[in-house]
Amino acid sequence: MVDVRLVGLVKRFGKTVALRGIDLDVRDGEFVVLLGPSGCGKTTTLRIVAGLEKPDEGHVFFGDREVTYLPPKDRNVSMVFQSYAVWPHMKVKDNIAFPLRIRKVPEDEVQRRVKWAAELLQIETLLERYPHQLSGGQRQRVAVARAIVIEPDVLLMDEPLSNLDALLRVKMRSELKKLQRRIGVTTIYVTHDQVEAMTMGDRIAVMNAGKIMQVGTPEDIYLRPANIFVGGFVGSPQMNFFDATVTEKDGKLILEGPGFSIPLMEDQVSVLKDYVGKTVIAGIRPEHMFPKDLAPPKLKGVEITGDIDFVEALGSDTIIHLRVGEKILVIKVSGSHHYKIGSKLTVVFDLSKLHVFRKDSGEAII
Amino acid sequence: MSRTEIGGRPPLRYYLSKILFAGIVLIACSWILLPIVISALYAFSTPKDFYSPKEVIPLHYTFANIKELLDLGAARATMNSVIVACMTVVFSFILGLPAGYAFARFAFKGKDSLKLLIIGLRMFPMLVIAVPLVTLYIRLGLNDTLLGVALAHTTMALPFVILITSSIFVSVPIELEEAAFVFGLDRTQTFLRITLPLALPGLTAAAIFTFIMSWNEVFMAAVLTLTNRTLPAFILTSAMAAPDFIKFAASFIMILPALIFVFIARKYLISMWGITIR
Repeated sequence: MVDVRLVGLVKRFGKTVALRGIDLDVRDGEFVVLLGPSGCGKTTTLRIVAGLEKPDEGHVFFGDREVTYLPPKDRNVSMVFQSYAVWPHMKVKDNIAFPLRIRKVPEDEVQRRVKWAAELLQIETLLERYPHQLSGGQRQRVAVARAIVIEPDVLLMDEPLSNLDALLRVKMRSELKKLQRRIGVTTIYVTHDQVEAMTMGDRIAVMNAGKIMQVGTPEDIYLRPANIFVGGFVGSPQMNFFDATVTEKDGKLILEGPGFSIPLMEDQVSVLKDYVGKTVIAGIRPEHMFPKDLAPPKLKGVEITGDIDFVEALGSDTIIHLRVGEKILVIKVSGSHHYKIGSKLTVVFDLSKLHVFRKDSGEAII
Repeated sequence: MSRTEIGGRPPLRYYLSKILFAGIVLIACSWILLPIVISALYAFSTPKDFYSPKEVIPLHYTFANIKELLDLGAARATMNSVIVACMTVVFSFILGLPAGYAFARFAFKGKDSLKLLIIGLRMFPMLVIAVPLVTLYIRLGLNDTLLGVALAHTTMALPFVILITSSIFVSVPIELEEAAFVFGLDRTQTFLRITLPLALPGLTAAAIFTFIMSWNEVFMAAVLTLTNRTLPAFILTSAMAAPDFIKFAASFIMILPALIFVFIARKYLISMWGITIR
């Protein structure tokens, strides 16, 4: 097991720049998720760690050892591919044993390790089968077994769950996470699914357009997004954004929004003082707004009234689209509620959960 | 009262379309099979039956025609053909396989134009290059040698081998190779232990196709050899002067290996076009 350090990785494919300077430290035994939309460079980053791509600039360190230009076979990494990449001409047991045999591990040790991995992944009964006799989920398990059997320094996973059906994905999510904890291998996991990222990662690196936007624990990413992109990408439904102007009124600071104004709390005032007269972008998550009758009693909030534009009833949640002036605010209420489209609704929003971003750079102010 | 009839008699149109379909299949099959059947029948018919106006289908059969043909020199020519075809397969695969792999796996400048150029090579009729080739061969001492014919056939087969093997390699998912890289193999080992076994059915089919291409080729073989004739060249120059039933015997010998190979390779032939590899 080692820690992984990425320093200033830049990768170009012809004229397109896939990575624009990636710096990331992954601690020994940590589970780090690279999260981002497709084309953001997360898979490229993973492939550079694996050695399947060489960066144009920058370095990759495993512990103190620089591996930037080492071929994959000399890195002692394992990888689980999106398509599983289980070799079709080998039985399951040979697929799992193959990396060990390449490493010239003695045959009785090979058998012992294959048995260990097969038990961990619960595929003991499938060992004699060929991959085309397996279901997608079973192939996935074989791919994971093959990846852990060599006891790699670093385990890399490239959207391993994206080809599974929804139920299986949820099951494998927790299983993979438990497995990683049990064997304690340093893991880098690529996904575009924020739920996977939030539930599995010790830390998440949110990427966009070849850059890391924020690295932090799932809680950090959710509660304290470093910029508009992270605020908007993580969380479902998406955070509500609106332009607002910081204005001073009767010695108090308020945010002047489209059709409503928000008085600021003391700690927010101190930060926003420098922005008086400027336009900022305010953000509030759908789950931090409540219809007035459902709001927690001691909530320090602001009331906004609007017309109900649309209601999505999900059973466990109800999502309300509220038209306030020009703007549509999305509100998520837990539980099943009935609202009439077109009727008026007053919502209270949790002032302490307000996010404010700079209009120019998109960086978070609060 | 109106209701839809279920389980009633299908309309006439249904039967007509069935009959039409069967008819087309019949015509297509006869188109291919009739010449083969006729040449097989006459190849083994006795001269008397062959010339008898009363018998369309011969009733008496003999191996004499085949034997006579073999004694005339077809035995040696068949041997020559096998040698030339094998050499052609070996040469064209030694040259074509790496090229096909490179086309399948690497991105490089001029890849598409190079591919076009390779197809373009097949554009020139052999007739155009025959005379210069013979002159060149005489200078190199390759004229009238099996090696010479094999080299000419390799030139003809190479574009086919490159393009077909490239499409076979493309059909082996690249992740399977990448997994092998990650788990400890270099590119050569990966090719030998992962790619090649997975591509083998397709490659076998391509090899058989190349073999038959060389086996059937008559023009270059006839121009480039004089004493060391391959079978088609021998038949063209010698057997055509013989009686008709000998000609049928010759045509039967010609199609036999192709038939046997295609019969064996049937299921691999499908995967040659990159369809069945999982």
